Amino acid sequence: MSSAVRAEGLVVSLGGTRILRGIDLAVADGEVIALLGANGSGKSTLVRALVGVVPIEAGRVELFDRPLGRSVQWGRIGYVPQRVSAGSGVPATAGEVVASGLLTNRRLRLPRRSAAAAREALELVGLADQADRAVRELSGGQQQRVLIARALIRKPDLLLLDEPVAGVDLPSQQAFAQALTRLTEQGTTVLVVLHELGALAPLVQRAVVLRHGAVAHDGAPPVPAPGHGGDLHDHVHPHPTAEPPQVGTAPEMRLGT
Amino acid sequence: MSINELGSMLGDPLMQRALIAAVLVGLAAPVVGTYLVQRRLSLLGDGIGHVALTGVALGWLIANAMNLAPNDVLALPGAVLAAVVGAVVIEIVREHGKTSGDVALALLFYGGIAGGVLLIKAAGGTSATLVGYLFGSISTVTTSDVVMTVVLAAVILLVGVGLRTALFAVSHDEEFARASGLPVRFLNVAIAVIAALTVTVAMRVVGVLLVSALMIVPVAISQLTARSFRGTMRLAMAIGVAVCITGLTITYFQDLSPGATIVVLAIVLYAAVAVARPLFVRRPWHDPHPEIADDVELAHGRTGAAQEHLGAER
Repeated sequence: MSSAVRAEGLVVSLGGTRILRGIDLAVADGEVIALLGANGSGKSTLVRALVGVVPIEAGRVELFDRPLGRSVQWGRIGYVPQRVSAGSGVPATAGEVVASGLLTNRRLRLPRRSAAAAREALELVGLADQADRAVRELSGGQQQRVLIARALIRKPDLLLLDEPVAGVDLPSQQAFAQALTRLTEQGTTVLVVLHELGALAPLVQRAVVLRHGAVAHDGAPPVPAPGHGGDLHDHVHPHPTAEPPQVGTAPEMRLGT
Repeated sequence: MSINELGSMLGDPLMQRALIAAVLVGLAAPVVGTYLVQRRLSLLGDGIGHVALTGVALGWLIANAMNLAPNDVLALPGAVLAAVVGAVVIEIVREHGKTSGDVALALLFYGGIAGGVLLIKAAGGTSATLVGYLFGSISTVTTSDVVMTVVLAAVILLVGVGLRTALFAVSHDEEFARASGLPVRFLNVAIAVIAALTVTVAMRVVGVLLVSALMIVPVAISQLTARSFRGTMRLAMAIGVAVCITGLTITYFQDLSPGATIVVLAIVLYAAVAVARPLFVRRPWHDPHPEIADDVELAHGRTGAAQEHLGAER
């Protein structure tokens, strides 16, 4: 079976603390997987380790059957980091930030028509008319959408998203859910870090729950408790009842926030 | 000053060389400065400048030992070498331990200037010999200096402008650049090296102490009005050339230090733009979250009035 992501025995330590303690994870082509868990459970670190941003202490990662490194076809992979602000010291327009997503591997210069491609990617996240706006003038949710567009401009086969909707305004969440629905219909593989499924619940085929740096659950998405499964239901903080009952994480989840 | 006076200035070979150097520095320095400001390393140029001083002294020392004719013939190559090594060391320190980056910068600062003073003494010169490098000596630019400046400026512009998007990507979001398989270390070192080259080129024009100013201040001015990264860089280059030429022209007629005049001009321009900008740029009021519905219903239709107001503004 061809797999988009394969991690075996992944161990990661940051600042002397062991964050991930031997993670095994396989994501097949076309799957939509949610990565759940309390704050500090290692969700973000796992995604960052998968794209080679944090050093791996032990274990191995393969992306599209290539070991993590320069040989990976990065143009097929779109990573959206967890970030409240996309601004920087020097002003940059949304179009410029998004176009920078076209550079992968050895491509160090923009191809032709990069501005048009940036506009198309921004359109996917509902910001078509904001291409020439300075990123720092946009709202937090719009900045997050710019980062999503930066990953989408490559037309990736695999999307890795780190809490794309945490603390994001409602229109941005809706725009994001729509964009993701369209992409998964086209067969894009998605690994998304979430606090809870929320508006993405209908898309998610499988959920992986992390707990203290280890996989505590890997299977069907947990069923939200009545009254917490609405399309637009949003919690920025983790909610104990959103977790699968069989792993009994409720007490720790409360420590999360 | 009359047209005749300007004509005689342009006819002066000394001034011609100085103007060529000034134009190149004015163009190149803000290119590198744009990346440094974006990475919040505005003072890097200063640190590298001090290391370059050690390189200057080392060049003297070696030239003396080899009995080369003018004993400053190796000063600029020495500065280039020391600056490049210093910049790469700073980059490595920054990559490995981000918190100690400013301490590394400080060590480089003080080590560079102390090393320079010690070595120039050993080379048979005095600290006064270094003063020309501290404050710039554009009036003594030789033809070979100009050739070297042209070559270095070409390298800086080729890398700094040619790889703009890649250097922007790595400066803007290093993590994302890494997750795109970009050669992050190569690009970081490229920025450090062109910063080092810029410092050594600009050293002759404004001196080690003011080198950073020429890289950073035009970008600071440009940032006040620009919206895009590309626009910031272009405007900063134009400002760099303008202040360099204007400063140099003023000092041709007035007995002032060229480097200091150029930097003071740039800073005055910054102040003027910062003060004048609010008078010209009238920012239309706009709702930062126009799509978000109001949270509560208010009586007397006041929400409606707010919406109309918003509509009129847009």
